[in-house]
Amino acid sequence: MGVVLRDDEAAFRKMGDHDLIDSYLVYRARDTLCSVSWGNTEDYRQLLSAMNPEELGANEVAMLVTNLKALAGAVACIDNVLHDELLSAISNMSLWNYKPDVMDALLEFIESLATSSGKYVDYCLKMLTCQFFPPLSLPLPKILARKDGVLSRVHSSLKYIADLVPLSPARLVPIVLNGKPQYCFNTISTLSLVIYVENMFKLESGVLGEVVRIPMFAGVVDLLLELDVNIGWEDIENETSERIFEMELEDGDESRDDDSELPRKLSQKILGGNSFAEKLDSLMVLTFEHLESCQVADRLIKIFDTLLELFKKTILTAYKPKFAQFVIFYACSLDPKNCGVTFALMLEHTFFFSTDDPVLRMKAVAYLASYLSRAKFLSVFVIAGTLERLVDWCVKYVKMQDNVINPKAHRLFYSGCEAIIYVLCFRMRSMMDDPQLKTWLFHLPLESILNNKLSPLKVCLPSIVLEFLRQAKAARLFMTSEKFIFDDYLESELSREFGGTERLDMFFPFDPCLLEKSDSYIRPNFIFWSMVQPTYDDEDSSDEDVGEAFASDDDGGMDYGIMQSLEEQHFDFAEVGSALNKMSITPKDSLHSRFGGAINQPMRMPSRIRPSTSPESL
Amino acid sequence: MDGLNVSDVNLQVQLHPSRSNNVRNAVLRELSSLLLRFNEKFQGVVLAYEFKIDKVPDILPSMHPYLYVRLKAKLLLFSPKPDMLLEGKVVKVKQESIHVIILGFSSAIITDKDIREEFQYKTKHGKDLFVSRSHKRHVIKAGTMIRLLVKSMDEETLCISASLLPAHTGSILWLDKHVENVSLTDGSNKRGEETRKNQLCQSLVEPVPKHILWLTITSRSQRNTENLLHKSLVGAKHILPE
Repeated sequence: MGVVLRDDEAAFRKMGDHDLIDSYLVYRARDTLCSVSWGNTEDYRQLLSAMNPEELGANEVAMLVTNLKALAGAVACIDNVLHDELLSAISNMSLWNYKPDVMDALLEFIESLATSSGKYVDYCLKMLTCQFFPPLSLPLPKILARKDGVLSRVHSSLKYIADLVPLSPARLVPIVLNGKPQYCFNTISTLSLVIYVENMFKLESGVLGEVVRIPMFAGVVDLLLELDVNIGWEDIENETSERIFEMELEDGDESRDDDSELPRKLSQKILGGNSFAEKLDSLMVLTFEHLESCQVADRLIKIFDTLLELFKKTILTAYKPKFAQFVIFYACSLDPKNCGVTFALMLEHTFFFSTDDPVLRMKAVAYLASYLSRAKFLSVFVIAGTLERLVDWCVKYVKMQDNVINPKAHRLFYSGCEAIIYVLCFRMRSMMDDPQLKTWLFHLPLESILNNKLSPLKVCLPSIVLEFLRQAKAARLFMTSEKFIFDDYLESELSREFGGTERLDMFFPFDPCLLEKSDSYIRPNFIFWSMVQPTYDDEDSSDEDVGEAFASDDDGGMDYGIMQSLEEQHFDFAEVGSALNKMSITPKDSLHSRFGGAINQPMRMPSRIRPSTSPESL
Repeated sequence: MDGLNVSDVNLQVQLHPSRSNNVRNAVLRELSSLLLRFNEKFQGVVLAYEFKIDKVPDILPSMHPYLYVRLKAKLLLFSPKPDMLLEGKVVKVKQESIHVIILGFSSAIITDKDIREEFQYKTKHGKDLFVSRSHKRHVIKAGTMIRLLVKSMDEETLCISASLLPAHTGSILWLDKHVENVSLTDGSNKRGEETRKNQLCQSLVEPVPKHILWLTITSRSQRNTENLLHKSLVGAKHILPE
């Protein structure tokens, strides 16, 4: 081993005022460890048995604490080959199973070992990060009771090691990320997963944050996305398709009497049968709360830059995520003036100037359209500015083209047009109500981009086109509105063609969040279709009620309770209002053909349980 | 302080074609991935670099048309070797060990068996310190800048095992005042080299996440780099043949 013990006299020479007994124990521990290299393992065996007592009585605990403290002073004598059994025994110890005195002694040993030699840094960091997961055998009340005690000690130890080994945070990152339970999502409990992510956030916001911030956030976003993709479209449909009408009937009959019960019941049906959804919901809420804490600590903008980069790299490139994108939506809602505008600009920039794949640009504009439509916190002037730039881009595109209608060749143009008309479906009325914006809207060269050889109104999703034209006609937005024959836009194969295999023509990523707990965070900052006042006066009396009720919302006076009650009303109206049904952009035939012929019933689903490829029934 | 070298090297970097719109940025990213890691080719840790692109990038004639960029780079290397004298700041003193941080990133540990018997462990006003028995003012405590002797370095974690056994090791402040007869450094050309190191240290580039790009050094260059850098010729210019 290469360690030569000093003689007794030398060992005590530097004792100073230190406790003689403690020093003697350290000396004995060194002697025991070094004696292994000389072939004398009797003391070492005794030490090993004391580290793994069969029963943990008071005497055993005292012995364990004493041994660990002595070993902490003798780490220089530990050899990873000679003492592998000891290291293995210690690595199997979980802080969660011990009382504070043992925890402290164990962590003192780990800290000493990690800082004694470079070769033990990773071992100790691994052992500390293992504590991010409570043992499966530990009952829930004990986990909750011990959580703070264990985790605060672990993070304190990580900081101690980082103070003495400055590069240890960089080594910690892959260890934490590799600890991600990616292959056992089915078996791991939601609580364990939440505690793991909680620790990632704790690292991010702690003193090691400067080094670990980006990878920790990236790890969390990856985890959310992995859970997201594990909840397939089919999963949601299988669970709901059989009970669509039953639930809609339930919705119609009961929701009027009880605003709060029905949504929870509906969500339970989804969440209960799919633990991925429950896990994702819990992690989303944890992320939202962390973002809130960042805002309180006045570092949201710093975090948002990281989040934005991650969004571009992972969420934007992912195949139609259903829920993970709401993390950035929520971050934007916390700081609309900075984060909210920055996000819109980033999406706009990606659509206009990206040299990347056109599919990515189409996704970016789909996110932009959905975001501008749904974000209640965005100023209508910000939306108008973005719309103007989108229209400008489309005008320039039209001028450069001399072709006729061609969904595949001009898919970028069509996606831009669809984004414009989709946003206007949601925002036209509020723009018409502002004299300044009304003038601006009338001067917007919409007609030149919508009525030309490329015929975007024939290619974009018919339900959106129909609603847009209806509102545009009512607002007298076009001088030549009579040229459009509305009835021709109910069905279109062309939209399917420009949307491609990913059906980006019907990708509206910020449709209502279907996760119950997450939705409660998103809802106050979210515009549901039922809250939108169209420019036309609907003949349906129920719709008039909606219009009247939401008139106050434009002034920002609507509280959450009213919104919830109106949302419930909306379900009813969705069933009875034919105009609203037409606005559902989940084409019955196209979804039917995509998800197989097993689903013979109409594909419309209540907004709360429908996958968010489309807006809730309008 | 020993262990710091400035070396001029010729590098060849292969860049993905998607990075061709900003070659300089792509090279910066690639070189940044070398920072604060032990590099076997250079036999040291790259602390800073500056470079200029030697020629207009060529496109490699292969299935994957990577850009082939030749660089002349100046690297500041940290290459501690056994028996070198390094300087660092004490961050923790315990009865069993002294913990030191060198250049702000590399940790060094001196265990009690590597502390000469002249030093006695004490606690004073709740603070741990080692005090010389023969010179009471020669004190090592948290915050003290000390000179230590390298025993070994873990290339993976950049942790150094060090010693305070030689007489010319200990608190720099005390040593500089009292051990003037001990020649610690090669005085020739020292000042000029320090200036160059400082200039490079100032231009130290923040590490960025590693990108999926390649950096290759031709086999001849590797051999030459190793041979030349191994000699630790501080400040000597090593122009490597391609």
